[in-house]
Amino acid sequence: MTRTMWDSSVGKKTVMAVSGLIMLLYLAVHMFGNLKIFFGAGDFNHYAHWLRTIGEPFMHYEWTLWVIRVVLVLAVVAHATSAYQLSRRDIKARPSKYVHARPRASYATRTMRWGGIILGLFIVWHILDLTTGTVHSGGFQPGHPYQNVVDTFSTWYGNVIYIVAMLALGLHIQHGFWSAAQTLGVGSRTRDRVLKIIANALAVILTAGFIAVPVGVMTGLVA
Amino acid sequence: MTSTSEYSDYAAYTTGEPVADTKAPEGPINERWDTRRFEAKLVNPANRRKHTVIVVGTGLAGGSAGATLAEQGYHVVQFCYQDSPRRAHSIAAQGGINAAKNYRNDGDSVHRLFYDTVKGGDFRARESNVHRLAQISVEIIDQCVAQGVPFAREYGGLLDTRSFGGVQVSRTFYARGQTGQQLLLGAYQALSRQIAAGNVEMHPRTEMLDLIVVGGRARGIVARDLVTGRIDSYFADAVVLASGGYGNVFYLSTNAMNSNATAIWRAHRKGAYFANPCFTQIHPTCIPRTGDHQSKLTLMSESLRNDGRIWVPKAKGDTRPPNEIPEDERDYYLERIYPSFGNLVPRDIASRAAKNVCDEGRGVGPGGQGVYLDFADAIHRMGKEKVAEKYGNLFDMYERITAENPYEVPMRIYPAVHYTMGGLWVDYDLQTSIPGLFAVGEANFSDHGANRLGASALMQGLADGYFVLPSTINDYLARNPHHEEVTAEHPAVAETRKETEERLARLLAVDGDRTPDSFHREIGELMWEFCGMARTDAGLRKALERIPAIREEFWRRIKVPGTGEEFNQSLEKANRVVDYLELAELMCLDALHRSESCGGHFREESQTPDGEAARKDEEFSYAAAWEFTGTGRAPVLHKEDLVFEYVHPTQRSYA
Amino acid sequence: MKLTLRVWRQKNADAEGAMSTYEVDGISSDMSFLEMLDTLNEELILKGEDPVAFDHDCREGICGACSLVINGDAHGPERTTTCQLHMRAFKDGDTIDIEPWRAAAFPVVKDLVVDRSAFDRIIQAGGYVTAPTGAAPEAHSTPVPKADADFAFEHAECIGCGACVAACPNGAAMLFTSAKINHLNVLPQGAPERESRVLDMVAQMDEEGFGGCTLTGECATACPKGIPLMSITGMNKEWLRATRKAGKR
Repeated sequence: MTRTMWDSSVGKKTVMAVSGLIMLLYLAVHMFGNLKIFFGAGDFNHYAHWLRTIGEPFMHYEWTLWVIRVVLVLAVVAHATSAYQLSRRDIKARPSKYVHARPRASYATRTMRWGGIILGLFIVWHILDLTTGTVHSGGFQPGHPYQNVVDTFSTWYGNVIYIVAMLALGLHIQHGFWSAAQTLGVGSRTRDRVLKIIANALAVILTAGFIAVPVGVMTGLVA
Repeated sequence: MTSTSEYSDYAAYTTGEPVADTKAPEGPINERWDTRRFEAKLVNPANRRKHTVIVVGTGLAGGSAGATLAEQGYHVVQFCYQDSPRRAHSIAAQGGINAAKNYRNDGDSVHRLFYDTVKGGDFRARESNVHRLAQISVEIIDQCVAQGVPFAREYGGLLDTRSFGGVQVSRTFYARGQTGQQLLLGAYQALSRQIAAGNVEMHPRTEMLDLIVVGGRARGIVARDLVTGRIDSYFADAVVLASGGYGNVFYLSTNAMNSNATAIWRAHRKGAYFANPCFTQIHPTCIPRTGDHQSKLTLMSESLRNDGRIWVPKAKGDTRPPNEIPEDERDYYLERIYPSFGNLVPRDIASRAAKNVCDEGRGVGPGGQGVYLDFADAIHRMGKEKVAEKYGNLFDMYERITAENPYEVPMRIYPAVHYTMGGLWVDYDLQTSIPGLFAVGEANFSDHGANRLGASALMQGLADGYFVLPSTINDYLARNPHHEEVTAEHPAVAETRKETEERLARLLAVDGDRTPDSFHREIGELMWEFCGMARTDAGLRKALERIPAIREEFWRRIKVPGTGEEFNQSLEKANRVVDYLELAELMCLDALHRSESCGGHFREESQTPDGEAARKDEEFSYAAAWEFTGTGRAPVLHKEDLVFEYVHPTQRSYA
Repeated sequence: MKLTLRVWRQKNADAEGAMSTYEVDGISSDMSFLEMLDTLNEELILKGEDPVAFDHDCREGICGACSLVINGDAHGPERTTTCQLHMRAFKDGDTIDIEPWRAAAFPVVKDLVVDRSAFDRIIQAGGYVTAPTGAAPEAHSTPVPKADADFAFEHAECIGCGACVAACPNGAAMLFTSAKINHLNVLPQGAPERESRVLDMVAQMDEEGFGGCTLTGECATACPKGIPLMSITGMNKEWLRATRKAGKR
């Protein structure tokens, strides 16, 4: 069954849909947790610490977090690999372009492809910035995420990168969530409107929720 | 291939030995098909794969025949000129398919369908064949449902039926307005299964250009790959022609643009008798032509005549818009001439009446070749919604083509050629006069006599392909295990192939100044004028005199660009026109010799006092099977006497 | 009307192609698009030039042969087949670009003619019900709910023209394939082969080199017969169901 999945274009789309939904679920939790920042450094840092202690004493310190990280990495790898392979297949299937080109034909496809690349690069930057601190501006302090976040969003480029990425995320979710529903075969004529509303709502809520943090820093609400 | 006739009398022919169907068994008509199947020899299933059968065409008859023969174990080699077998012109049939299921409990039966078809054909069809068709009709519906053909159904999940012209029962099964499409896709899918299984070797974009006859038997065909231009010979133990009708002789018809007569005409030239070539059906409700650019005509379902009223202005040359012509200046001519049937007279009568008013100069629309089909009364009576519900699809189609809204202005309609009842002469086994050559579907002449009833073409195509031919071809193959292996080197093969190559080379070499289409149009217009809806002795003689001259001009002035070794649509077209130029002559001759009127063949000299078709049963109760003797030479007429034991000929009256 | 046509000319499958420009005059607005091309071809023949090759047959919108991309739109600006498009959709003086279907799985044969035999092979892979002639039960022995019959018909209307592939930025044949799967899989007659049909047809579709679906919806917009985009969703569902069932066996 695994082989059938991976060998078929429809199966590979299923892999994309499922891994995308896993990431979407994670993002929803992540966004919700981020909003703790508006309750001050104490609350936020406490929340960040708690993330490492989930499941204790059954799980050791940070084990749960690592499980989540492993699942996420697998999801990202599966999503990106299938996206790459499917895109290559798509491009090969249409080797010559129309002389009389029409832009709208490839709007959704292009948004998904370029949006995906932007998001992939963003994730790398995001981890190097706020998890490992490798590219962090102004002295990364492990265990003090509140200050680290404020530092990041105190630079113009930090804000630009983040906001652009979150807008890309919104567009990605808007088409991606609805697409996943079609790929998994849960769409139908009667459900289509509801699915589109959910997709739009998810896109708006997640984008707004994530962007709230840099905006909070920029406006001084978070300092 | 002489380009000019050596005879000054273009209407000459000789009468040869009568021809008879020797295959239909004696006995009660309802037992003949069973008897024939029992008497027919069978081929051992293990031996079938050693037999190759060529099938030309993939429409309802060809597609179903190819699939079924392959299922039986024969090795089938099949051809179509289209890029896919799914595109054969059966796909365009709209209305439905008749079957004597009697699901309505309205008194239908096999015998009634048989009776209606013989009578509808104006008593010029063979009773045994028609009865078999009616018997098989029942099995066709079962077969198609099993294949997944999405026929219209009622809320209870059972099949829906509707009524069609010329009958009083509801026996027509349908799939909205696309019955032909759905039935064809069913046959195409069955064929596809056999192609995948390796039992059918399919050659799309390959056109049959000649028949190979060796030792008096059909043993193969010469065909051209339309992509590469390569001409090849293909060999078989039997050849089945399912190449459709020849309505495109008229240039404008409801046939597909590439439908052609080459396969049957080449078979005719090789010895197959051509029966009743003048029997063509002209459908009264088509969208009229808009100008000289017109390439084909589109049919509108005749169901429109249930609620539409047909009229023309009373005055000649009245060019006022229809809505400005007052009621008392309109001539509802069908209601006037045929008060009891009104707008619902049969196809041939409605067509002829439209021609007559247009000939009087009272036609409407561009060129005056049209009559109004007016729904104003129906809209007034039933409301626009009801009319839209009933005819919405057709109104939309009309508006797309004409840019006129039929809810506001009356439709314009005019008759157009759309079916040919004539075709290769076949016996009860569907075998032509060349042993080993079979013809199925519209390509043969067998079942419709002088006029085909609505929804019977699909029935006949599928009956022939699914059920009749697969039973009868066994008998031929069992009795004729071939003696001699045929190869490309055989003199008969080499010669046929050489002839084909030379014909194409000659078409390319003339390099004249007229296009293939211009000749096609010329012969088409001539045929429409003199061998169309109404025919006269003088007109037909004129056409017969004119055709050899056109043929001569063709070979002098034709221009075909490009080469034969490539995809060359002009060459394909020119080659088809070559055959039209000969077939047209035979059609006119047949129409001339049959000085009676019957069904779609109306001779002005032979009409009742009220202007209806008058048959001459004493003289013409036969099928005319013509034998080819050479281009421009007098053909030989072989008569097959028609005996009516069960349905007794009567004269029709609709006034 | 007077029009400027820019037409894709390509001698054969192996040759390089390019757009050529032609002027046509005296075009009536009542002409169909193909009759306009007929007019051009008549002129080209008389000039001794090679006429433009294009596929066409029934000219009433049902055979699926005609296949032109007109100004970037498969079958042109209206939702119909090219043969049913009339010149009244254009204005005097317009420049019209005419190109063939473009997809790796539909190689150009000549000019505007492409090879769509990949579609036939997808049907051959499983787009049928195994119902040998003569073996059929009485038609009324299995009633089909009207809703299912209508659903089947709506998908069976596909004419196999390939506009979906031409319009898809990925050259995907999902809409074509799904139409046949939905048609047959909803019917009781198609049920026994329900799983193998979808698995085999999808595998063949991939094999032919069609792209995948990114749900842009271009296929359904171009489809002259209005096969809905949801048809693809239905096929995905059938495919997942079949894969699950195959996994259990």
